[in-house]
Amino acid sequence: MAEYVFGNPEVVEEEVDILIIGGGMAACGAAFEIPRWIEGTGLKVKLVDKAALSRSGAVAQGLSAINTYLGENDPADYVRYVRNDLMGIVREDLIYDVGRHVDDSVHNFEDWGLPIWKAQGDEEKSLRDGGKPVRSGKWQIMINGESYKWIVAEAAKKALGMENIQERVFVVRLINDKNDPTRIAGAAGFSVREHKLYIYKFKACLLVCGGAVNVFRPRSVGEGTGRAWYPVWNAGSTYSMAAEAGAEMTMMENRFVPARFKDGYGPVGAWFLLFKAKLMNGAGEDFSALRGDIIKDEKRFGKYGLGVPGTCLRNHIMLEEMINGRGPIYMDTPTALAKLGEKMTPKELKHLEAEAWEDFLDMTISQAGMWAGENIEPEKTPSEIMPTEPYLLGSHSGCAGIWVSGPTDLPGVPKEWSWGYRSMTTVKGLFTAGDGVGASGHKFSSGSHAEGRIAGKAMVKYALDNKAWKPELARTKDELVEEIYRPVRTFLQYKDYTTAIDINPHYISPKMLQFRLQKIMDEYVAGVGTYYRTNKKMLEVAELKLEMLKEDSLKMRAKDLHELLRAWENFHRIMTAEAHMKHIQFREETRYPGFYYRMDHNYIDDVNWKCFSNSRYDKETKKWALKKVPYAQVIK
Amino acid sequence: MPTFVRTEKCDGCKGQDKTACMYICPHDLMHLDRDGSVTGHAMKAYNVEPEQCWECYSCVKICPQNAIECRHYADIVPLGASVQPLRGTDSIMWTIKFRNGTLKRFKFPIRTTAEGTADPYGGKPKANMADIENGEVLFTKGLHAGDRSQFVKA
Repeated sequence: MAEYVFGNPEVVEEEVDILIIGGGMAACGAAFEIPRWIEGTGLKVKLVDKAALSRSGAVAQGLSAINTYLGENDPADYVRYVRNDLMGIVREDLIYDVGRHVDDSVHNFEDWGLPIWKAQGDEEKSLRDGGKPVRSGKWQIMINGESYKWIVAEAAKKALGMENIQERVFVVRLINDKNDPTRIAGAAGFSVREHKLYIYKFKACLLVCGGAVNVFRPRSVGEGTGRAWYPVWNAGSTYSMAAEAGAEMTMMENRFVPARFKDGYGPVGAWFLLFKAKLMNGAGEDFSALRGDIIKDEKRFGKYGLGVPGTCLRNHIMLEEMINGRGPIYMDTPTALAKLGEKMTPKELKHLEAEAWEDFLDMTISQAGMWAGENIEPEKTPSEIMPTEPYLLGSHSGCAGIWVSGPTDLPGVPKEWSWGYRSMTTVKGLFTAGDGVGASGHKFSSGSHAEGRIAGKAMVKYALDNKAWKPELARTKDELVEEIYRPVRTFLQYKDYTTAIDINPHYISPKMLQFRLQKIMDEYVAGVGTYYRTNKKMLEVAELKLEMLKEDSLKMRAKDLHELLRAWENFHRIMTAEAHMKHIQFREETRYPGFYYRMDHNYIDDVNWKCFSNSRYDKETKKWALKKVPYAQVIK
Repeated sequence: MPTFVRTEKCDGCKGQDKTACMYICPHDLMHLDRDGSVTGHAMKAYNVEPEQCWECYSCVKICPQNAIECRHYADIVPLGASVQPLRGTDSIMWTIKFRNGTLKRFKFPIRTTAEGTADPYGGKPKANMADIENGEVLFTKGLHAGDRSQFVKA
C-alpha cells in the first residue's frame, strides 16, 4: 500500500443496507435493536464511529445518574415535565414515545452489569423485578456509572458483531440520491489513522453524532478550552450533515446553558436534589427566596414563571444577581451537609461524603481536580456556580435538532407529524435519534438509547420496503476525494511558502478558524461575553462575519490526519452556528430567558410565537428558508 | 494539559501498531512518537492537543503501565493536586491528593458482571415480524404502558 500517502488516500467503497453514523448511546441502542429484526432478512448493517465505541459519545467518561427512568410515573407525566422545562414548545408525540420505551433500556443496562443503587432492603432485587431505585429526583436514579458506556457498548458490539463496526472513521458528508434529491443514498468520510477515504452506499442511515460544543467561545480559553460541560468532540456533525442533505431542522434557536460548578463544570443535580443544597449570592443571601418572584412578571414571562420554573428561568434569576453585581454565586454545601449530618451517624456521614465525590468522579473528574487544587472540602467551603457557554443539543435540557416523523398510534397527534417511518427526517432514508431529534429534550442517556432502538426498528422496515431499490450517488468519487481532502492538499501546496507553518496567507489552521467562529458567536449571537444578549442588528453583523468565515473555511489546512479531523469538525460547527443564528434571527421573542435574550423582543410572546420554527437549507443557493409550524398539545 | 504520559513508565505498548491510549481517546489526542522526532522520546505516547482534552481519563484508566496522569488545566486549577484512579475489573479506586496535602481515597463498583460477559440477547425474546409497525413494541416487549385518559383526545 506504499502508493497511498498523506494527500493521496486509498478509496474504499462499500454498500450496506443500513449505516449507523456515530457511536454514542443512540447508536448503541440501534446496534442492539436492529440485529433482532433483520434475522433471516439478509440485510447488512454497519456502524461507523470517529472514536472507539467503548468510550465515545457524551457518556464516554461515565455518569453518576440515569436521568430518565419512569418507574412508578406515567409517560404522560414525563411529557408534562419536559414540556414545562422547555417552555411549552415540544413534540409531545416524540417525548411520549421515548417515555414508554425508556425503562426497558435501563433494565437491559442492569442485566448487562450496570450497578444501579437500590433502596434499603432492595439491594439484591433488579429494577425489572420491582427493585426500588434510589431517586435523586422524580425522574433520576443513582448509579455507579464509571463504566456505563463501556457496558452499553459491550452489548452493542456483541449484538452487531465487531466485523460490522468501523472505528476511527469520521463520516463528514451525506450524499443524496442521483435520481431523487429528496432521498439519501450514501455517506463519505475518512480514516484518522490510515490514508483511506470511505464511501458508503445504503438504503437508510441513522445520523447520531451528538450535539455541538465549542461553537461559542468558552469561558476558559487556555487549556481549559477542553473543559466544556458537554463533550468537546461533539462538533455539530449531526445538524450540519442533515441540513446540507436538505433535512428540515427545528428549534435550532434553542440552546443549553447549564449552571454548574464554576470552571470544572461538575454536576450540581445531586447537590440540589439529593443533598438539598441551596444557592446564595456574594452577600450570603438566598436570592431565589428574596427575588425569585421576578419570573412571575406575566408581561415578560407569560404564565411560565408561575409554576415550577423551567431550567432557563432558574438561570435568569441567577443571571440577574450576577449582572447587578451581587455575585459570586455559591452552592452552600457546608450548610446542606451539616443539616444532613444532624440526623446521621459519623459512618453514614462518611458514606455521604463518598457519594458527593463519586458524583464528580463518575462523570466530571476535572471537578474533583478543581476542588483538590483549590483545597475545597465541601463540608467546609462553599463552591462557586456559573452558567457555562452555550451548547446545542437535543437530548439533555435542550431541544435543538431535526424535524422527524413521529409514532402513528397515539391519539390526537397532527397527521402531518408522521410520514411513514418513525424517526425519519424529511429526507427519505435519513433517520436520527438522541441529540439529533429536535423539539424533544430530556431523554438523556437512557432515552437516547431507547430512541436509537425505536429508530433502528423503523429503519429495518424502511430497508425491507425498499429492498429492490439501488442507491446511486449524486456525487462522484473524485468530487468527494477532492472536497474531503481539500485541507490536506491546500497544506501540501502552500506549506513551503513561509518559514513558519502556522502563518501563511494561503491557508488558515483549524484552530484559528475555530477561534474566529467562537469570537463571532460569543460577541454577536448571545454568548457569555454579552451575558447571552443579542438583537437584530448584532445578528446582522454576525451574518456578514459568518459569511466570510464560511468562504475562508475552504482555505482551512490540515497538516496531518488529526488536523483533517479538526478541520471537518469545524466545517460542521460553522454550519451549526449558522443555523443557530438564523433561527434566533427568525424568532422575534425571548422564548428562553436565561439561555438567551433577544433584547429587541425581550419577552415571551405566546400569541405570535407559541409554534415551532423550522428551517431548510438549500445547498445550491446556500440560503436558509424559515417558517412557523403550529404547535399542538397532545397530552393534557 | 490535562493528561500527560510519564516518560519512565510508558513503553509505547511494546511496539504494537497502536497504543492503548491512542485506541481509546475519544478525541484522537494520544499519539505515539515512534522516532522521538516530536518529543525527544522515541516509542512513547504523548497528548498532541492538551487544550482539547476533556480530562475524561479514558487514557488514564486504560493504560496498562499506569503511565498516564493528569495535571489539571493550568489556566484554571492551582498546581499541586492530583486525582488518580486504578481501574480494576469490578471496581475503581481513586486517590485524591489536595494541594495542601490532604488525601482522600474512594472505591466504587463499576460493574456487576465480568468484563466481556455482557450478553445482549441472553434470556430475551426474538423479534416478531408481525410487530414491525406496532409502535408499542421493541423486540424485548418491555413497554411502559400509560394511562390513555391523559391524552387531550383520549
